[in-house]
Amino acid sequence: MSSNVLPTGRPVKTTGLHSGEIAPGVAKVDPIIVADNITRTFGGLHAVDVAHLEIPRGAITALIGPNGAGKTTLFNLLTGFDKPNTGTWTFDGKSISGMSAFKVARLGQIRTFQLTKALGLLTVLDNMKLGAKGQRGEGLFSSLFPALWRKQDQELEARAQELLVKFKLDAKSADYAASLSGGQRKLLEMARALMSDPTLVMLDEPMAGVNPALTQSLLDHILDLKKEGMTVLFVEHDMAMVSHIADWVIVMAEGKIVAEGPPEIVMKNPAVIDAYLGAHLDVDLGVVTGRVNEKGEQL
Amino acid sequence: MDWGQILSNTAAYLISPETIAYALAALGLALHFGYTGLLNFGQAGFMAIGAYGYAISILSFGAPWWVGILVGIVGSVIFAFILGIPTLRLRADYLAIVTIAAAEIVRLLFTTQAFDEYTNSADGLGNYHAGFRAANPIPEGTYGFGPWVYNETQWWVRIFGILLVVVAALIVWALMRSPWGRVIKGIREDEDAVRALGKNVFAYKMQSLVIGGVFGALGGVVLALPSAVVPSVYVTSLTFFLYTILLLGGAATVFGPIVGSVIFWVIMAFLSNALPQMVNAGLLPFMTTTQSQVLRFILVGVALMLIVIFRPQGIFGNKKELTFVK
Ligand SMILES: Nc1ncnc2c1ncn2[C@@H]1O[C@H](COP(=O)(O)OP(=O)(O)OP(=O)(O)O)[C@@H](O)[C@H]1O
Ligand SMILES: [Mg+2]
Repeated sequence: MSSNVLPTGRPVKTTGLHSGEIAPGVAKVDPIIVADNITRTFGGLHAVDVAHLEIPRGAITALIGPNGAGKTTLFNLLTGFDKPNTGTWTFDGKSISGMSAFKVARLGQIRTFQLTKALGLLTVLDNMKLGAKGQRGEGLFSSLFPALWRKQDQELEARAQELLVKFKLDAKSADYAASLSGGQRKLLEMARALMSDPTLVMLDEPMAGVNPALTQSLLDHILDLKKEGMTVLFVEHDMAMVSHIADWVIVMAEGKIVAEGPPEIVMKNPAVIDAYLGAHLDVDLGVVTGRVNEKGEQL
Repeated sequence: MDWGQILSNTAAYLISPETIAYALAALGLALHFGYTGLLNFGQAGFMAIGAYGYAISILSFGAPWWVGILVGIVGSVIFAFILGIPTLRLRADYLAIVTIAAAEIVRLLFTTQAFDEYTNSADGLGNYHAGFRAANPIPEGTYGFGPWVYNETQWWVRIFGILLVVVAALIVWALMRSPWGRVIKGIREDEDAVRALGKNVFAYKMQSLVIGGVFGALGGVVLALPSAVVPSVYVTSLTFFLYTILLLGGAATVFGPIVGSVIFWVIMAFLSNALPQMVNAGLLPFMTTTQSQVLRFILVGVALMLIVIFRPQGIFGNKKELTFVK
């Protein structure tokens, strides 16, 4: 996808996020997630091996890296969908290592999935309403008495419709989510995540399979999230989009964090160019992560 | 052939205790499978627990009839927990395997000689009717018209059963239009997505398993009310009849299981009355009357296949859903 689809006005970047010299694992002035020593192996494969990682609050952070770098696995670990071999991490100062996924979500850390999970045989509107937290009608006994939840449900409906208008899905609100196109499902999943008023939104490739026109509005939505005070962490392969909206970029390869920093600096990092941007596609990734030297010998 | 008798015997099954019992158990399955996506193949086990819980409480412990029903309900709740705690975290197909095995274990426990004192093993239980019949508000006599002429006891069983069906259907309807139902249906579609939205998926699945299981147990009670507890009824094929009923009516509907049960039993009754007479009349020269009874079940199997292939959403299912059946 080329850069000519991006909005012309440059978004305002948040700067001064880190303290100290920029390096993988650099401390942040105000981190929302702090993770230590997270490893996850599948058989002999070290899918994730992160010594230290901090995600800055109130900013848009992009997580990039080649296919199989461990980005989705890291997402799964941080959100409780997978259990690490080792590691501890905190969200908002609270330790959430080993916490089950639904509790993590209740704390305000909401994720979307790389393979979109629209709830097909629910209407688009019901998908949206499901996203809201603290619903009185979701209790088994209270659900039997509409008087207890009808008003709240109507408020949710109004809020859902508002979001659907924003995401240009309002015309579809009565349709089954299964009838949406791939790109529309991405939009729905993101809108649904927003129904819960999250503090941190984690988007796994929100732009994948979305056409250029929609990409533009998705990028705008992500920028809006920041304006509304949310923190965004997203996985993306398209460098033009990453440098356009990200305030901070974290680069993963072979499970490790190999570089991080503001986009303009990270993009100039030779390790990133080598490992990811494809300047030297023939170079073994192990060189970047320190597994092997240039000659391919184990270090 | 005596068409009058065939039709009259068939019509009786519109409101037979079997029809009512199967409707209740199928409503439970609708909650499990149709709405929550839980592949429970052990509904026969829940029914057995209801029936035996009722009969044993009365016969062995001298409990009043309504306490017997409560015991059946509590038993099914415990069974749901035993089944659910280890398996609800597993994938749907594993739940199917575990439930089918658990229901067989339950049946074998009720049939084994070891508990003969309570269960009367393979002979089943009877003669526990006094309490329930004493509670009958209907004065002695025969009532009704046409094929539906019954005495006060027979009416009491039917009316009580129909009341249970109405209450169960109302509960399912009320649950499914609520936000609770929304979460449940979301779990059916993709439980990870629902988990990612902060819902305790395990707790919801457990609630669904318990409620549907209780409906199954009540079905077992209704099946036991008119005459006896027959252990050979609670076999795995009972669960498959319930699935036939459910798919016939529509898995994710409130009326589907009820109407499905009525249609199922009316057709079964029709075939079991008509086929032997057709054999005797020489219309089916290639089989005996005994064989014709087996033919019924073959036809049920064929019907189940035809439904799943040509109308997977059932009679009451939403046509739009059909487009997206995976
Ligand atoms: N459940 C699993 N079992 C075995 N291996 C796995 C599993 N999940 C991930 N992996 C492996 O872990 C590595 C990291 O996978 P992951 O999905 O995190 O990559 P990614 O960075 O998200 O890649 P992409 O950009 O293609 O989405 C891959 O080599 C993958 O094969
Ligand atoms: Mg991925």
